[in-house]
Amino acid sequence: MKALRVVAATLVSAVVAFPLYWMVVVALSSRRELAAGRLRLWPRHLTTDNFHRVAQFPVGTWFGNSVAIALTVAVVTVLCNMLAGYAFAQLRFRGSGVLFVLGLGTLVLPVQVIMVALFRLVTGLGLYGSYWAVILPTSGSAFGMFLARQSIRGIPRDLMDAARLDGADHWRVFWRIVVPLSKPLLAVLFFMSLLQSWNDFAWPLIALKQNELYTLPIGLLYLQGQFGPDYGATMAFALIDVVPMVVVFLVFQRYFVQGFARSGLR
Amino acid sequence: MSGAALPRARSAETRTAYAFLSPTVLLLGLFVFVPLGWALLISLQHTNGFGEGGFVGLRNYGRLLTDARFWRAAANTVLFTVLVTPLSMLLGLGVALLLDSALPLRALFRSVLILPMAVSGVATALTGLLVFDQDRGIVNAGLRSLGLHAVHWQSGGVAAFVSVVVVTLWWRVGFNMLIYLTGLQALDPLLQEAAALDGAGWWQRLRHVTVPLLAPSTGFLVVINVIYSFQVFDIVFVMTGGGPGDATSVLVTYAYETGFSQRDQGYGAAIGVVLLVLTLAFTAVQWRASRGGDVES
Repeated sequence: MKALRVVAATLVSAVVAFPLYWMVVVALSSRRELAAGRLRLWPRHLTTDNFHRVAQFPVGTWFGNSVAIALTVAVVTVLCNMLAGYAFAQLRFRGSGVLFVLGLGTLVLPVQVIMVALFRLVTGLGLYGSYWAVILPTSGSAFGMFLARQSIRGIPRDLMDAARLDGADHWRVFWRIVVPLSKPLLAVLFFMSLLQSWNDFAWPLIALKQNELYTLPIGLLYLQGQFGPDYGATMAFALIDVVPMVVVFLVFQRYFVQGFARSGLR
Repeated sequence: MSGAALPRARSAETRTAYAFLSPTVLLLGLFVFVPLGWALLISLQHTNGFGEGGFVGLRNYGRLLTDARFWRAAANTVLFTVLVTPLSMLLGLGVALLLDSALPLRALFRSVLILPMAVSGVATALTGLLVFDQDRGIVNAGLRSLGLHAVHWQSGGVAAFVSVVVVTLWWRVGFNMLIYLTGLQALDPLLQEAAALDGAGWWQRLRHVTVPLLAPSTGFLVVINVIYSFQVFDIVFVMTGGGPGDATSVLVTYAYETGFSQRDQGYGAAIGVVLLVLTLAFTAVQWRASRGGDVES
């Protein structure tokens, strides 16, 4: 029975891992072999030709754009989420219920509903043609706000009340007590927004028109348009998009797992 | 705090709260709610290119009624949802049960299974195309080597739809597995043992003990998967662009196509509003169905 389970788990894992493995194989195979359809499951000749062909595009710029945008979005989002989470967890105020439900509502809103108006807004504000056209509309995400509220509620109330009695205002309590005690939460929020932003596609596709502002997913789509059915080059570039986040994901896995799993504890 | 909440203390606390909320309120207000209201207005306009248009009342919505492409996209969205939601949940539950047992290399298996969650939608879709390419893809190569017919994954409507669903499942099952695994690990093992002592077999325990106890996870996953399926954009847009014909066109890709490719913004906004109403209606129904008392957290 146990052996059966191991076999089943191995099979499922192999099926899930195969497309990623195949990406690597195709990225490292020569164009000739790809065109002839002579690829083997276990390739014998590997080449970095595809990476050289991809290098004629501004890959470095796109990579830098992705890093800059994702890091900024992650930092701004964590800050927003923590502050809002504190307000919802610790403070009683008029409109708290309504704001909370409105925040919840933004999570189910597809960007396609607002994209036309958002595009006009971003253009009107003079943000079109800069990173901010992507950063600002994607930084307020309410998702982390709920995790933050839940987690801040778990901090012993006495700790905060004692500080308040000593004359500390909420701002001080937030920075001196809540933030230092919330390191795992900060990591969860940071990595979740980083992942989200790094892989974001629908809005950046609209908001980033100039080639030199592209993030990796948008560049990847552009490149596929250039190379057409030449999968070698496309997959080489796809790896440049995928590998950094896969590495971050594996190294900091426990924070991602916590983030996803906690999203399920309503 | 100190017993009698004086009105002044209350209003000071409200001011503090709004100060803490201001970054979020500002960002969400300006970049979500303002465009949302604006989208409602645009949906009442006839627009050409990116200029301001004239109000035409509900004409855009009237157009939807007779637009066969819209109905195709709506039907495809529903079909996609009723396929992906149960399938990703069943597969997720199956794998979670597998990983919940004592298993060597369990952590490794789990890591592999959730890895697709780290891959961007565009890279996922392109890898899907690579694997399902009807001329040179490895899936068709495998079918041919088994003596079967190659499938027209790109030029055949049904096959294209199937390929989009399969790729989506690859991308999404890890999340479903993770939620179920978390749910399973929170269950009391004594209940299983008690059921086993009462002579319940594996299947009976699963059906009458485990699955009912997982109801909260299941309820959450239904909501998330349905909302996610309504919004499936990256995979469809990159893999098929809605084609061949409109065989894989869904509401979000059709809204994008009308709003940005054809620049018929008023009409695109109307499609978006319909999508919004559908999403909110479903969310409200689910919300009411799942509220068994706990209002918050």
